[in-house]
Amino acid sequence: MNMKITTSAVAGTLESSDVYVKVEPCDKLEIEIESVVYNQFAEEIKKSIMEVVEELGVDSGKISINDKGAIDCVIKARVETAIKRAGGEN
Amino acid sequence: MRRSMLFIPGNTPNLLMNGDVLGADSIILDLEDAVSPAEKDSARILVRNALKSLHYKGCEIIIRINPVETDYWTHDLDEIIPLKPNMIMPPKVSCAQDVKTVSEYIAKLEEKCGFEKNTVKLIPLIETAMGVENAFQIASADERVAALFLGGEDLTADLRCKRTKEGNEIFYARTRLVCAARACGVDVYDTPFTDVDDIDGLYTDAQFAKSLGFSGKASISPRHVEGINEVFSPTQAEIDYAHEVMETIRIAKEQGKGVVSLRGKMIDAPIVERARQVIEMEKAMFGGTEDDE
Repeated sequence: MNMKITTSAVAGTLESSDVYVKVEPCDKLEIEIESVVYNQFAEEIKKSIMEVVEELGVDSGKISINDKGAIDCVIKARVETAIKRAGGEN
Repeated sequence: MRRSMLFIPGNTPNLLMNGDVLGADSIILDLEDAVSPAEKDSARILVRNALKSLHYKGCEIIIRINPVETDYWTHDLDEIIPLKPNMIMPPKVSCAQDVKTVSEYIAKLEEKCGFEKNTVKLIPLIETAMGVENAFQIASADERVAALFLGGEDLTADLRCKRTKEGNEIFYARTRLVCAARACGVDVYDTPFTDVDDIDGLYTDAQFAKSLGFSGKASISPRHVEGINEVFSPTQAEIDYAHEVMETIRIAKEQGKGVVSLRGKMIDAPIVERARQVIEMEKAMFGGTEDDE
Protein backbone atom coordinates (compact mmCIF):
# COMPACT_ATOMS: atom_id res chain seq x y z
CA MET A 1 0.00 0.00 0.00
CA ASN A 2 1.33 3.44 -0.88
CA MET A 3 -0.46 6.20 0.94
CA LYS A 4 -0.10 9.92 0.41
CA ILE A 5 -0.95 12.41 3.13
CA THR A 6 -3.23 14.89 1.43
CA THR A 7 -4.87 16.63 4.36
CA SER A 8 -4.48 17.16 8.10
CA ALA A 9 -5.95 14.60 10.47
CA VAL A 10 -5.73 13.56 14.10
CA ALA A 11 -6.28 10.38 16.09
CA GLY A 12 -6.12 9.30 19.74
CA THR A 13 -6.53 11.29 22.92
CA LEU A 14 -4.47 12.93 25.65
CA GLU A 15 -5.70 10.45 28.24
CA SER A 16 -3.31 8.28 30.21
CA SER A 17 -1.98 5.29 28.22
CA ASP A 18 -3.08 6.89 24.96
CA VAL A 19 -1.30 9.05 22.40
CA TYR A 20 -2.54 12.01 20.37
CA VAL A 21 -1.33 11.93 16.79
CA LYS A 22 -1.50 14.76 14.25
CA VAL A 23 -0.60 14.20 10.62
CA GLU A 24 -0.15 17.00 8.07
CA PRO A 25 1.03 17.24 4.46
CA CYS A 26 4.72 18.13 4.15
CA ASP A 27 7.36 17.93 1.40
CA LYS A 28 9.49 15.54 3.40
CA LEU A 29 8.98 13.05 6.20
CA GLU A 30 9.12 14.72 9.61
CA ILE A 31 8.47 13.14 12.97
CA GLU A 32 7.98 15.14 16.14
CA ILE A 33 7.70 13.35 19.48
CA GLU A 34 6.53 14.68 22.82
CA SER A 35 6.24 12.06 25.51
CA VAL A 36 5.98 11.65 29.27
CA VAL A 37 8.61 8.93 28.87
CA TYR A 38 10.71 10.69 26.20
CA ASN A 39 14.07 10.14 27.89
CA GLN A 40 13.53 6.41 28.26
CA PHE A 41 11.59 5.51 25.13
CA ALA A 42 12.00 8.15 22.40
CA GLU A 43 13.86 5.74 20.12
CA GLU A 44 11.33 2.94 20.58
CA ILE A 45 8.46 5.33 19.90
CA LYS A 46 10.13 6.57 16.72
CA LYS A 47 10.74 2.97 15.65
CA SER A 48 7.04 2.14 16.15
CA ILE A 49 5.99 5.17 14.11
CA MET A 50 8.41 4.30 11.32
CA GLU A 51 7.13 0.73 11.13
CA VAL A 52 3.63 2.00 10.41
CA VAL A 53 4.89 4.67 8.00
CA GLU A 54 6.79 2.04 6.03
CA GLU A 55 3.95 -0.45 6.10
CA LEU A 56 1.58 2.13 4.65
CA GLY A 57 4.16 3.34 2.11
CA VAL A 58 4.14 6.94 3.28
CA ASP A 59 7.19 8.90 2.10
CA SER A 60 6.29 12.43 3.11
CA GLY A 61 4.26 14.23 5.77
CA LYS A 62 4.66 15.64 9.23
CA ILE A 63 3.69 13.30 12.07
CA SER A 64 3.50 14.88 15.52
CA ILE A 65 2.68 12.82 18.56
CA ASN A 66 1.95 13.69 22.16
CA ASP A 67 2.38 10.45 24.07
CA LYS A 68 0.83 9.87 27.47
CA GLY A 69 2.53 6.55 28.16
CA ALA A 70 0.95 4.48 25.39
CA ILE A 71 2.27 1.00 24.70
CA ASP A 72 3.63 0.04 21.29
CA CYS A 73 0.39 -1.40 19.86
CA VAL A 74 -1.54 1.74 20.83
CA ILE A 75 1.02 4.07 19.25
CA LYS A 76 0.93 2.05 16.05
CA ALA A 77 -2.88 2.00 16.00
CA ARG A 78 -3.20 5.75 16.47
CA VAL A 79 -0.54 6.56 13.86
CA GLU A 80 -2.20 4.20 11.36
CA THR A 81 -5.60 5.76 12.01
CA ALA A 82 -4.32 9.31 11.62
CA ILE A 83 -2.47 8.49 8.38
CA LYS A 84 -5.51 6.70 6.92
CA ARG A 85 -7.71 9.65 7.85
CA ALA A 86 -5.24 12.06 6.26
CA GLY A 87 -4.53 10.17 3.15
CA GLY A 88 -5.52 8.54 -0.03
CA GLU A 89 -3.75 5.76 -1.85
CA ASN A 90 -0.88 6.97 -3.97
CA MET B 1 -16.31 -21.81 31.84
CA ARG B 2 -18.03 -18.54 31.16
CA ARG B 3 -19.77 -17.01 34.18
CA SER B 4 -18.94 -13.33 33.75
CA MET B 5 -18.52 -11.32 30.56
CA LEU B 6 -17.06 -7.83 31.01
CA PHE B 7 -17.62 -5.09 28.43
CA ILE B 8 -14.55 -3.05 27.61
CA PRO B 9 -14.85 0.01 25.33
CA GLY B 10 -12.88 -0.64 22.17
CA ASN B 11 -11.34 2.81 21.94
CA THR B 12 -9.96 3.09 25.48
CA PRO B 13 -6.32 1.92 25.68
CA ASN B 14 -5.94 1.85 29.46
CA LEU B 15 -8.92 -0.51 29.81
CA LEU B 16 -7.97 -2.65 26.81
CA MET B 17 -4.48 -3.16 28.23
CA ASN B 18 -5.82 -4.51 31.51
CA GLY B 19 -8.68 -6.61 30.20
CA ASP B 20 -7.33 -9.90 31.48
CA VAL B 21 -6.60 -8.84 35.06
CA LEU B 22 -10.13 -7.81 35.99
CA GLY B 23 -11.31 -11.31 36.90
CA ALA B 24 -13.86 -11.85 34.14
CA ASP B 25 -14.07 -15.21 32.40
CA SER B 26 -14.69 -13.39 29.11
CA ILE B 27 -14.08 -9.86 27.97
CA ILE B 28 -16.22 -8.22 25.32
CA LEU B 29 -14.18 -5.69 23.36
CA ASP B 30 -16.86 -3.31 22.20
CA LEU B 31 -16.85 -1.68 18.77
CA GLU B 32 -20.54 -0.77 18.92
CA ASP B 33 -22.28 1.38 21.53
CA ALA B 34 -19.13 2.35 23.44
CA VAL B 35 -17.61 3.89 20.30
CA SER B 36 -18.92 7.06 18.62
CA PRO B 37 -19.45 6.95 14.84
CA ALA B 38 -16.48 9.28 14.31
CA GLU B 39 -14.17 6.87 16.12
CA LYS B 40 -15.27 3.54 14.60
CA ASP B 41 -12.15 3.37 12.40
CA SER B 42 -9.88 4.18 15.31
CA ALA B 43 -11.40 1.61 17.67
CA ARG B 44 -11.32 -1.11 15.02
CA ILE B 45 -7.59 -0.61 14.43
CA LEU B 46 -6.85 -0.32 18.15
CA VAL B 47 -8.71 -3.54 19.00
CA ARG B 48 -7.01 -5.35 16.12
CA ASN B 49 -3.60 -4.24 17.40
CA ALA B 50 -4.51 -5.17 20.97
CA LEU B 51 -5.45 -8.68 19.84
CA LYS B 52 -2.16 -8.93 17.94
CA SER B 53 0.01 -7.82 20.83
CA LEU B 54 -1.73 -8.55 24.11
CA HIS B 55 -2.28 -12.13 25.10
CA TYR B 56 -5.26 -11.89 27.46
CA LYS B 57 -4.21 -15.00 29.35
CA GLY B 58 -6.97 -17.13 30.82
CA CYS B 59 -9.64 -14.91 29.34
CA GLU B 60 -12.01 -15.59 26.48
CA ILE B 61 -12.17 -12.85 23.84
CA ILE B 62 -15.50 -11.72 22.44
CA ILE B 63 -15.78 -8.82 20.00
CA ARG B 64 -19.04 -6.90 19.78
CA ILE B 65 -19.19 -5.72 16.18
CA ASN B 66 -21.57 -3.14 14.75
CA PRO B 67 -25.09 -4.15 13.63
CA VAL B 68 -25.69 -5.67 10.20
CA GLU B 69 -27.79 -2.70 9.13
CA THR B 70 -24.74 -0.39 9.42
CA ASP B 71 -21.81 0.04 7.03
CA TYR B 72 -19.32 -0.88 9.76
CA TRP B 73 -19.79 -4.56 10.52
CA THR B 74 -17.93 -6.02 7.52
CA HIS B 75 -14.99 -3.68 8.17
CA ASP B 76 -15.02 -4.82 11.79
CA LEU B 77 -14.86 -8.48 10.77
CA ASP B 78 -12.20 -7.83 8.09
CA GLU B 79 -9.86 -6.51 10.77
CA ILE B 80 -10.77 -8.82 13.62
CA ILE B 81 -11.31 -12.33 12.20
CA PRO B 82 -7.67 -12.82 11.12
CA LEU B 83 -6.77 -12.46 14.82
CA LYS B 84 -9.00 -15.43 15.63
CA PRO B 85 -11.14 -14.14 18.51
CA ASN B 86 -13.13 -16.80 20.38
CA MET B 87 -16.49 -15.26 19.59
CA ILE B 88 -18.20 -12.49 17.69
CA MET B 89 -21.20 -10.77 19.21
CA PRO B 90 -23.45 -9.30 16.53
CA PRO B 91 -25.84 -6.81 18.18
CA LYS B 92 -29.53 -6.16 17.49
CA VAL B 93 -30.03 -9.61 16.03
CA SER B 94 -33.72 -9.89 15.20
CA CYS B 95 -34.03 -12.96 13.01
CA ALA B 96 -32.21 -16.07 11.79
CA GLN B 97 -31.15 -14.28 8.60
CA ASP B 98 -29.09 -11.76 10.62
CA VAL B 99 -27.11 -14.68 12.06
CA LYS B 100 -26.68 -16.34 8.66
CA THR B 101 -25.50 -13.09 7.08
CA VAL B 102 -22.77 -12.61 9.68
CA SER B 103 -21.83 -16.30 9.72
CA GLU B 104 -21.45 -16.47 5.93
CA TYR B 105 -19.17 -13.45 5.95
CA ILE B 106 -17.07 -14.94 8.76
CA ALA B 107 -16.87 -18.23 6.83
CA LYS B 108 -15.32 -16.44 3.84
CA LEU B 109 -12.75 -14.76 6.06
CA GLU B 110 -11.99 -18.02 7.89
CA GLU B 111 -11.33 -19.72 4.56
CA LYS B 112 -9.11 -16.86 3.42
CA CYS B 113 -7.13 -17.06 6.68
CA GLY B 114 -6.84 -20.87 6.46
CA PHE B 115 -8.83 -21.43 9.65
CA GLU B 116 -10.94 -24.50 10.23
CA LYS B 117 -14.63 -23.92 9.49
CA ASN B 118 -16.63 -22.49 12.42
CA THR B 119 -13.49 -21.65 14.41
CA VAL B 120 -15.01 -18.36 15.47
CA LYS B 121 -18.29 -18.76 17.33
CA LEU B 122 -21.25 -16.41 17.55
CA ILE B 123 -23.12 -15.06 20.54
CA PRO B 124 -26.02 -13.08 19.07
CA LEU B 125 -27.14 -10.13 21.18
CA ILE B 126 -30.92 -10.12 21.33
CA GLU B 127 -32.23 -6.71 22.26
CA THR B 128 -35.36 -6.13 20.22
CA ALA B 129 -38.93 -7.38 20.63
CA MET B 130 -38.59 -9.14 17.27
CA GLY B 131 -35.37 -10.79 18.40
CA VAL B 132 -37.00 -12.10 21.57
CA GLU B 133 -39.90 -13.55 19.59
CA ASN B 134 -37.43 -15.18 17.17
CA ALA B 135 -35.03 -16.42 19.85
CA PHE B 136 -35.36 -20.12 18.97
CA GLN B 137 -34.84 -19.48 15.25
CA ILE B 138 -31.80 -17.33 16.07
CA ALA B 139 -30.29 -19.94 18.39
CA SER B 140 -30.78 -22.68 15.81
CA ALA B 141 -29.89 -20.60 12.73
CA ASP B 142 -26.30 -21.71 12.38
CA GLU B 143 -23.76 -24.15 13.84
CA ARG B 144 -21.62 -21.20 14.79
CA VAL B 145 -24.09 -20.02 17.44
CA ALA B 146 -22.70 -21.00 20.85
CA ALA B 147 -24.82 -18.82 23.10
CA LEU B 148 -27.51 -16.15 23.27
CA PHE B 149 -27.14 -12.89 25.12
CA LEU B 150 -30.01 -10.70 26.30
CA GLY B 151 -29.62 -6.92 26.08
CA GLY B 152 -32.10 -5.34 28.47
CA GLU B 153 -31.47 -1.65 27.80
CA ASP B 154 -32.24 -1.54 24.08
CA LEU B 155 -35.00 -4.07 24.56
CA THR B 156 -36.91 -1.90 27.02
CA ALA B 157 -36.55 1.05 24.65
CA ASP B 158 -38.04 -1.12 21.92
CA LEU B 159 -40.80 -2.30 24.27
CA ARG B 160 -41.47 1.35 25.17
CA CYS B 161 -41.21 0.73 28.87
CA LYS B 162 -38.93 1.84 31.66
CA ARG B 163 -35.93 -0.29 32.63
CA THR B 164 -36.10 -0.95 36.36
CA LYS B 165 -33.84 -2.66 38.88
CA GLU B 166 -36.58 -5.20 39.59
CA GLY B 167 -36.63 -6.18 35.92
CA ASN B 168 -40.30 -7.17 35.69
CA GLU B 169 -40.38 -5.61 32.22
CA ILE B 170 -37.80 -8.11 30.90
CA PHE B 171 -39.08 -11.20 32.71
CA TYR B 172 -40.76 -12.61 29.62
CA ALA B 173 -37.68 -11.98 27.48
CA ARG B 174 -35.42 -13.60 30.04
CA THR B 175 -37.44 -16.78 30.30
CA ARG B 176 -38.03 -16.94 26.56
CA LEU B 177 -34.30 -16.68 25.82
CA VAL B 178 -33.40 -19.30 28.43
CA CYS B 179 -35.95 -21.70 27.01
CA ALA B 180 -34.89 -21.09 23.38
CA ALA B 181 -31.19 -21.44 24.17
CA ARG B 182 -31.61 -24.59 26.22
CA ALA B 183 -33.86 -26.12 23.57
CA CYS B 184 -30.99 -25.63 21.11
CA GLY B 185 -28.29 -26.81 23.51
CA VAL B 186 -26.49 -23.47 23.73
CA ASP B 187 -25.59 -21.22 26.66
CA VAL B 188 -27.50 -18.08 27.57
CA TYR B 189 -26.28 -14.88 29.23
CA ASP B 190 -28.13 -12.21 31.12
CA THR B 191 -28.09 -8.46 30.56
CA PRO B 192 -25.77 -6.31 32.74
CA PHE B 193 -26.98 -4.76 35.98
CA THR B 194 -26.34 -1.13 35.21
CA ASP B 195 -26.17 0.51 38.65
CA VAL B 196 -22.43 0.22 39.16
CA ASP B 197 -22.54 1.29 42.82
CA ASP B 198 -25.37 -1.03 43.93
CA ILE B 199 -23.52 -4.23 44.77
CA ASP B 200 -26.44 -5.69 46.79
CA GLY B 201 -28.71 -5.05 43.80
CA LEU B 202 -26.22 -6.83 41.56
CA TYR B 203 -26.29 -9.94 43.76
CA THR B 204 -30.10 -9.98 43.80
CA ASP B 205 -30.29 -9.54 40.03
CA ALA B 206 -27.61 -12.17 39.31
CA GLN B 207 -29.17 -14.70 41.71
CA PHE B 208 -32.53 -14.21 40.02
CA ALA B 209 -30.97 -14.69 36.57
CA LYS B 210 -29.28 -17.87 37.78
CA SER B 211 -32.57 -19.14 39.18
CA LEU B 212 -34.14 -18.74 35.73
CA GLY B 213 -31.44 -20.86 34.10
CA PHE B 214 -28.95 -18.33 32.75
CA SER B 215 -25.37 -19.61 32.35
CA GLY B 216 -23.86 -16.30 33.43
CA LYS B 217 -24.19 -12.56 33.23
CA ALA B 218 -22.52 -9.63 31.52
CA SER B 219 -21.17 -6.58 33.29
CA ILE B 220 -20.31 -3.04 32.30
CA SER B 221 -18.15 -2.55 35.39
CA PRO B 222 -15.16 -4.49 36.73
CA ARG B 223 -16.71 -3.95 40.18
CA HIS B 224 -19.49 -6.41 39.33
CA VAL B 225 -17.28 -9.24 38.09
CA GLU B 226 -16.51 -10.78 41.46
CA GLY B 227 -20.19 -10.88 42.45
CA ILE B 228 -21.23 -12.45 39.16
CA ASN B 229 -18.51 -15.09 39.39
CA GLU B 230 -19.57 -15.90 42.93
CA VAL B 231 -23.27 -16.23 42.08
CA PHE B 232 -22.67 -18.40 39.01
CA SER B 233 -20.14 -20.67 40.69
CA PRO B 234 -21.30 -23.79 42.50
CA THR B 235 -21.11 -23.58 46.30
CA GLN B 236 -18.87 -25.96 48.25
CA ALA B 237 -22.00 -27.79 49.44
CA GLU B 238 -23.13 -28.25 45.81
CA ILE B 239 -19.68 -29.51 44.84
CA ASP B 240 -19.59 -31.96 47.76
CA TYR B 241 -23.08 -33.22 46.90
CA ALA B 242 -22.14 -33.66 43.24
CA HIS B 243 -19.17 -35.83 44.22
CA GLU B 244 -21.39 -37.85 46.54
CA VAL B 245 -23.85 -38.42 43.70
CA MET B 246 -21.12 -39.62 41.34
CA GLU B 247 -19.59 -41.86 44.00
CA THR B 248 -23.00 -43.35 44.83
CA ILE B 249 -23.62 -44.04 41.13
CA ARG B 250 -20.18 -45.64 40.78
CA ILE B 251 -20.79 -47.96 43.73
CA ALA B 252 -24.29 -48.83 42.50
CA LYS B 253 -22.90 -49.78 39.07
CA GLU B 254 -20.28 -52.03 40.71
CA GLN B 255 -23.02 -53.73 42.70
CA GLY B 256 -25.27 -54.03 39.66
CA LYS B 257 -28.00 -51.93 41.22
CA GLY B 258 -30.41 -50.18 38.85
CA VAL B 259 -32.00 -47.76 41.28
CA VAL B 260 -30.08 -45.91 43.97
CA SER B 261 -30.81 -43.22 46.48
CA LEU B 262 -28.76 -40.66 48.37
CA ARG B 263 -29.86 -38.93 51.55
CA GLY B 264 -33.25 -40.58 51.12
CA LYS B 265 -33.79 -39.25 47.60
CA MET B 266 -33.69 -41.30 44.43
CA ILE B 267 -30.85 -40.38 42.08
CA ASP B 268 -32.28 -40.11 38.60
CA ALA B 269 -30.77 -38.96 35.31
CA PRO B 270 -31.36 -35.19 35.81
CA ILE B 271 -29.61 -35.30 39.21
CA VAL B 272 -26.64 -37.11 37.68
CA GLU B 273 -26.51 -34.61 34.81
CA ARG B 274 -26.61 -31.70 37.24
CA ALA B 275 -23.82 -33.32 39.30
CA ARG B 276 -21.72 -33.69 36.15
CA GLN B 277 -22.24 -30.01 35.32
CA VAL B 278 -21.20 -28.96 38.84
CA ILE B 279 -18.06 -31.11 38.68
CA GLU B 280 -17.21 -29.66 35.27
CA MET B 281 -17.49 -26.18 36.76
CA GLU B 282 -15.34 -27.24 39.70
CA LYS B 283 -12.67 -28.53 37.32
CA ALA B 284 -12.76 -25.31 35.32
CA MET B 285 -12.45 -23.25 38.49
CA PHE B 286 -9.89 -25.24 40.47
CA GLY B 287 -8.74 -28.16 38.32
CA GLY B 288 -10.44 -31.46 39.03
CA THR B 289 -9.86 -34.96 40.24
CA GLU B 290 -9.70 -37.92 37.89
CA ASP B 291 -12.01 -40.12 39.99
CA ASP B 292 -15.01 -38.15 38.79
CA GLU B 293 -14.40 -38.89 35.12
